[in-house]
Amino acid sequence: MFKKIIVAVVLFVPLLGSAQTDIDGIMMEKNAFCIGPMFGYSSWKNYWEGTLKRENLNLGTVSTQMYSVMGNYGITNKLNVLFGLPYVKTKASAGQLNGQEGVQDLSLWVKWKPFSKKIWSGRLSLFAIGGYSLPVSDYTGDFLPMSIGLESKNLSIRGMADYQRGSWFGTVSGTYVKRSNITLDRDAYYTTEMHYTNKVDMPDAASFNVRAGYRDKGLIAEAFLDDWITPDGFDITRNNMPFPSNKMNATRIGFNFKYDMPFYPQLALTGNAFTTVAGRNVGQTTGFNAGIFYVIDFTKKKKTDSNESKK
Amino acid sequence: MKKSFIPIILLGFIINSCTKDIVERNLEFPALQPVSTDINAGIWKPVLLTGPTEFPVAAPIAVTTPDYIAQINEIKTWQADLTKDEKAIVKYWSAGAVLRWNEILRELVAKHNLPPYQNPDGTYPIPNANNPLAYPQFPFANPPYAARAYAYVAAAQYDALVAAWHYKKLYNRAAPYTVDATVNALIPKSDLPSYPSEDAVVAGVVGEMMKLLFPGDQDFIQQKVEEHKRARLIAGANVRSDLEAGEALGKAVAQKFITRARGDRAGAAVGTPAIWAQLETDCIARGEIPWISQESPKRPGMLVLFGRVKTWLFDSLTMVTTIRPVPPPSTSSQKFKDELEEIYHLSTSITPEQRQIAHYWADGISTYTPPGHWNAIAAEDFVKQNFSEVRWARNMALLNMSMMDAAIVCWDAKYFYFNPRPSQMNPGIKTVTGLPNFPSYTSGHSTFSGAAATILGHIIPARATDYTNMAKEASLSRMYAAIHYRSDCEKGLEAGNKVGGYATQRALTDGAE
Repeated sequence: MFKKIIVAVVLFVPLLGSAQTDIDGIMMEKNAFCIGPMFGYSSWKNYWEGTLKRENLNLGTVSTQMYSVMGNYGITNKLNVLFGLPYVKTKASAGQLNGQEGVQDLSLWVKWKPFSKKIWSGRLSLFAIGGYSLPVSDYTGDFLPMSIGLESKNLSIRGMADYQRGSWFGTVSGTYVKRSNITLDRDAYYTTEMHYTNKVDMPDAASFNVRAGYRDKGLIAEAFLDDWITPDGFDITRNNMPFPSNKMNATRIGFNFKYDMPFYPQLALTGNAFTTVAGRNVGQTTGFNAGIFYVIDFTKKKKTDSNESKK
Repeated sequence: MKKSFIPIILLGFIINSCTKDIVERNLEFPALQPVSTDINAGIWKPVLLTGPTEFPVAAPIAVTTPDYIAQINEIKTWQADLTKDEKAIVKYWSAGAVLRWNEILRELVAKHNLPPYQNPDGTYPIPNANNPLAYPQFPFANPPYAARAYAYVAAAQYDALVAAWHYKKLYNRAAPYTVDATVNALIPKSDLPSYPSEDAVVAGVVGEMMKLLFPGDQDFIQQKVEEHKRARLIAGANVRSDLEAGEALGKAVAQKFITRARGDRAGAAVGTPAIWAQLETDCIARGEIPWISQESPKRPGMLVLFGRVKTWLFDSLTMVTTIRPVPPPSTSSQKFKDELEEIYHLSTSITPEQRQIAHYWADGISTYTPPGHWNAIAAEDFVKQNFSEVRWARNMALLNMSMMDAAIVCWDAKYFYFNPRPSQMNPGIKTVTGLPNFPSYTSGHSTFSGAAATILGHIIPARATDYTNMAKEASLSRMYAAIHYRSDCEKGLEAGNKVGGYATQRALTDGAE
């Protein structure tokens, strides 16, 4: 059953397509399709300029609203495809910079569970997830921090392990994100040196995610920690603006829940909240997301929650 | 079906998205092969020098002396065992001395184009040339500072090369690869006499000017000077005595321009709190709404006295009587309201194409500024013209003296009229690029672009229409960005065109055409 929540990898950019369904230990069953709208709000007042934490009186608080649609289809019990498509709107509470809004990046994932076995008194499942995202409108990535995205196409590969014992579980995953060059509206730019091209070599990124909590029929409640790292990239210089190929790191913690409506189990409510506890060249973002999801079963057969502990 | 379909789509995406090779245009430039050596350029009219012999260059030693032969052998020793890096620097510098130093200057401008962060008490620190590495680093290479830097470097370089060409013709010493056929020419051969080395002249004069303008980057600059000279030795283009004579001449000419720079009033352009207050009071006394900084905390206007800096192409009386734009529409007039409404409308209905234009020409913080943008445009066109180094320098001097004078004309108008920005008059106006912290009338971009397009159109007539269109687009981009009214842009462009006209007059009479 679909449980969702977008936990955006919130950097200076509202979302880098990390929907929770591609990072949790849940699979949709064969022929089941889950879809629903999400709303997200996040904001930051302080940010890290390199390693220096500061505010910017000419930006005030930079906020992001996101309206998205997400879906998950079970090709088989062990192979799911997922998608997400957000509309994003940014705003600064001070200064003159215009916010931006538009459809951001379409994300697609293939999620595969090749291994699931009882070990000790619980169940261990292993997953491999491949993801791809690409901009679907011509928004400007080179207008940070007001940009709605970074413009790169991203290819991600993730390995994940989930262990559930009774109603309690833990999930760990590691992800590598390969990013394409982006094209600026200008034909020269300065990073730590001058570049005479409109193309920017975007540094690849990696993330590490741990989540644990309660998962049983009708209810999931979990805490998570997410660490996003850009090994390459450069720091924002003193009083400069951010640039898409900055070294963006962020450590975030948060809480998710999913609740199935007791008398109408095709409907589920989801929500989360998160905050950023450490970072580099990113906003210290705090935010929440909420959504409603609906399950359509194409086999016309009554489905129950595909809780791992019952398989 | 679906199972096999998805991986195929993903594979296609992978192939499309993972090509990372980026080719930077400036590293593709071919080796300079001038169509003419301009051997008589020693008689071209200098900017500051009284004549080409103001700084003497001693006669070179004969090519038959043991000392000269030792210098030839130095080249041969280099060439006997070349590393990949050594070949790379030969290739890099072969594109042209004026070109490469112009690029280096643009890079330093971009590096230093960052406004200082405020003090805890809400005032702003001012960069100090005598302590350039302390925060805020010196300089804040904003557009007027940058325009002045480009102009001094270009003008000094031109005068130094005019002198060099005089001595080249006078002494007529052939290049090492001509004197000794066993010296390899790793760059295109030329009939131009090699003493004094034009490359070393440029490295000497520009290196000295840059150390004045970017005192915190002396090590970086000196390293480039050394690399440039080494590239010429390795290439077989100059012996050591060519380089030494050239560098000495360049440094001597630089001193004359440094003296001018120290007395051109730019050092006082920041102004004082009393002057800042007086400008506002004067504007109110004229019955107009004065400009107010919209930064938080309020930042003093950028270089309020830059309009009084010494010009190159006309005197200050001419500037005030002939070039200074007419007053902007009164802030209480209907025309002003209409122009304000036009910008509000643009800010709320900008098209993707207009946004792209606004960003293409933005040239804001951490960039080489609008004058740098026009240097980049000129340089990429000049590469195709195969100018000699002295003609490159002459054309760059004309372009950059125009743009510095354009900055002076524009800053004079900005602080003389002290006109408020659109977003000050209507807080509902949000901008598509950073709001510059100085009065609105006239647009700096428009003034720079008018001047640049006019003189570049004279230098390369076949491109004149293109330059005019680019200048118009650069000018309009400031309306799209919602930071300027139409009058700012139109009057700025007109004033810039006038400045460019003075440069054209000079070009017609400097002996180069």
